[in-house]
Amino acid sequence: MGRLRQITGTAASVPVTLFGLILVTFLIGRVMPIDPVIAIVGDHAPPDVVARVRTELGLDRPLIVQFGIYVARLLHGNLGNSVMTTHPVTQDIATYFPATFELATTAIILALVIGIPLGVIAAARQGSRFDHAVRVVSLAGQSIPVFVLGLIFLLIFYVKLGIAPGTGQVDVVYDGMVNRITGMLVVDAAIEGQWDVFWNALGHLVLPAIILAYFSLAYITRMTRAFMLDALAGEYIVTARAKGLSGTAILWRHAFGNIAVPLITVIALAYAGLLEGAVLTETVFSWPGIGLYLTVSLLNADMNAVLGATMVIGFVYVGLNLLADIAYRVLDPRVR
Amino acid sequence: MLTRRSLLASGAAIGAGASLVDAPGAYAATPPGIVVMAKQIDDIISFDPGEAYEFSDNEVDGNCYRKLIVPDPTNGTKIAGDLAEKWEISEDGTNFTFHLRKGVRFESGKAVTAADAEFSLHRVVLMNKTPGFIITQFGFNPDNVQKLIRATDEQTLQMELPSPQAPSFVLYCLSANVGCVVDKATAMAHASNGDFGNGWLKTHTAGAGSFRLTSWQASDHVIVDANPHASVHPGVKRIVLQHVKDPAEQLLLLQKGGVDIARDLLADQLKSIAHNPEFRIESAGQGTSMYIAMNQSMAELAKPEVHQAIKWAINYDAIAKNITPMTWTVQQSFLPRGLPGALSEQPFTQDLGKARTLMAQAGLPNGFNVTMDFISAPPYDQIAQAVQADLGKIGIKVQLLPGEQKQVITKTRARTHQLAMLVWGTDYFDPNSNAQAFCADPDDSDTSKLKILAWRSHFQNKELTQEVEQAAKEVNAAKRIALYQTMQKQFWDVAPFAMMLQKDEVATLRKNITGLRLGPMPDYTKYSAIRKV
Repeated sequence: MGRLRQITGTAASVPVTLFGLILVTFLIGRVMPIDPVIAIVGDHAPPDVVARVRTELGLDRPLIVQFGIYVARLLHGNLGNSVMTTHPVTQDIATYFPATFELATTAIILALVIGIPLGVIAAARQGSRFDHAVRVVSLAGQSIPVFVLGLIFLLIFYVKLGIAPGTGQVDVVYDGMVNRITGMLVVDAAIEGQWDVFWNALGHLVLPAIILAYFSLAYITRMTRAFMLDALAGEYIVTARAKGLSGTAILWRHAFGNIAVPLITVIALAYAGLLEGAVLTETVFSWPGIGLYLTVSLLNADMNAVLGATMVIGFVYVGLNLLADIAYRVLDPRVR
Repeated sequence: MLTRRSLLASGAAIGAGASLVDAPGAYAATPPGIVVMAKQIDDIISFDPGEAYEFSDNEVDGNCYRKLIVPDPTNGTKIAGDLAEKWEISEDGTNFTFHLRKGVRFESGKAVTAADAEFSLHRVVLMNKTPGFIITQFGFNPDNVQKLIRATDEQTLQMELPSPQAPSFVLYCLSANVGCVVDKATAMAHASNGDFGNGWLKTHTAGAGSFRLTSWQASDHVIVDANPHASVHPGVKRIVLQHVKDPAEQLLLLQKGGVDIARDLLADQLKSIAHNPEFRIESAGQGTSMYIAMNQSMAELAKPEVHQAIKWAINYDAIAKNITPMTWTVQQSFLPRGLPGALSEQPFTQDLGKARTLMAQAGLPNGFNVTMDFISAPPYDQIAQAVQADLGKIGIKVQLLPGEQKQVITKTRARTHQLAMLVWGTDYFDPNSNAQAFCADPDDSDTSKLKILAWRSHFQNKELTQEVEQAAKEVNAAKRIALYQTMQKQFWDVAPFAMMLQKDEVATLRKNITGLRLGPMPDYTKYSAIRKV
């Protein structure tokens, strides 16, 4: 009962967080030094057209009224239309988000598969050359901006070596060849058996996924190492050693088993960070995901699109945090 | 030497990923029959000719639609028939009769008739979107347009103007993108809530051009395919406009064979491949001007001597030669070269002595501080710095305020700038467009119905304003041109605008691509003759 109450309390904070997000994003959109009407009608529009569109958008009404209308529409699932694409923002998000999901999920899988063993082994061999190397690699991953890394990778693997495709989700000649099923091109191409498109799309996925994975891997490795060091210093590990358990069993069953719970929070945050932080990577790689959609919308003062994309990213972030929180409470007996 | 084979064999950390990109077709060159063009196309808002008003959507429309008339491709100062094979104009310049060609078909296969032309012009007036003023400025409105523009038979369109206008003015306006003829049946089949098909035509085409729009994804790509019913069959079956924002990336793709044509290379990039036989650079003057606006609400900038001092302080040639070679050339008239009546003489060169004398005459021998807004993108940032340095030599201390294009425009529309370095593209291929923009400000109040460039900088000159109106109604073509030439000379003397450069539209093509025809307006750029060998 107590656990349920805790979870309910955590979930109840989500609407408040989301309302704050909507309010702040809305206000930022309204105080931007760009007239949103210009984004729609262009610089050459005569005054009567500008005035008519301003009225149609409700921008001539008080700010509080505009916000009220926006929230009311939002509660009905209406995020408005994008100026840039002319489609409803919800439709755009459904179009662009799967590409981000595909990229971020590939990256987090890579980061987990590589990062966790690295962190565990580095902790087990604390002070060794391997540990130092892991720490340096992790530090670099957290210190080098992803867009710099993206440009460097493009320069080396696409320009100099010619072993990787350039930017975009797929070569332009394959555009539109696969029917949209999940929205994730690699998956859709595989489902349809379009293997040329599959390989091409997979090739395009590799560089941005590696870069994003490196970014998360650095964080996950460092945190895993820190958790493991803490765990390995525990008395129960000394006891396990005294009992004559094998090194592997101590490391993976006893020590790692105990850090699994806090690691869930780290992974959830890293994953949320990928979904949110793909903005720069998507821009560098012209990856048609929610990050690129947000960037282009912002530069075009397409406020419905900006608000919608921000909402989705915020929702995902808050949602993953909530899930991590719930998982923590469910799995860790100390907080039950 | 690190090779692809050795790298893959090395078992490096990225080996797994690298081997994936080794899969077949990972980075193929563009296939035969398809031309891929790298271009900045994130300005597209709509493809409906009654609404489209940006560079990229106009260019696509120009290849998917046809108009009644167009400027002669060989001599832009003359009008040629397109869908209209001939036309008559009454002596008083109020009645226009267009006779349409037979046998021209829309992409739907339906024949183009005068009823389609009538519908197209009606909907422009009735919808009154951004480019609507190009037609409504002649006095057409929702109440009179159906009576004044009408198809009298299948091939004849009659247009009666509410008041006399210069015939060339009317014809050039009809040759603008807003004059594209839309397939009435197709548009109305997709109409909803009385929108004349606008909602559908935002993302589709219904024209008689060489191509038809197949796919558009905002800020990603536009695909146009050959129109099977076109009178002029294009040389390739598909053109792909791929959105590539970064010019450096465009160059990279061009060099790697990922695209066939790059449209937005900067001067340095063009120089780097100018002598490479693998590529060919083609260019054409565009109706786009770069200028500095001086807001007359600032006391120092309101002094005529200061206007002149600024115009004499700028080193135009150095900017064109060192910063914008091949992409922008010096043009100091408000009419870009190529437009009827444009003066090509350049009265201002850098003369710092003269500029300092003018500053002293203005009572500002020690100069003054001023801000200058500009678009924070190449080459504007470098040009702004050059102007800052030039004006610094006569004591004008310029604080540079970079901003996104829409941010700078928002500020100048609100008339809160001091100096602003801006670009302006002519609305249609007639001198009235820029003359009105730069010279006419009949009402400087906030409720003015004409809020273009002169208004935005509080530049109110009665003589020029009257001359703009007079020239628009001058029926005699030669007299009309003479009026615009007089206005350009007066403008040099009195206007608070330093006209600096005119844009050259530049395309860089791989050597196997021919036939791209760049035009002075976006909708005059044609793909139909493009060939890939």
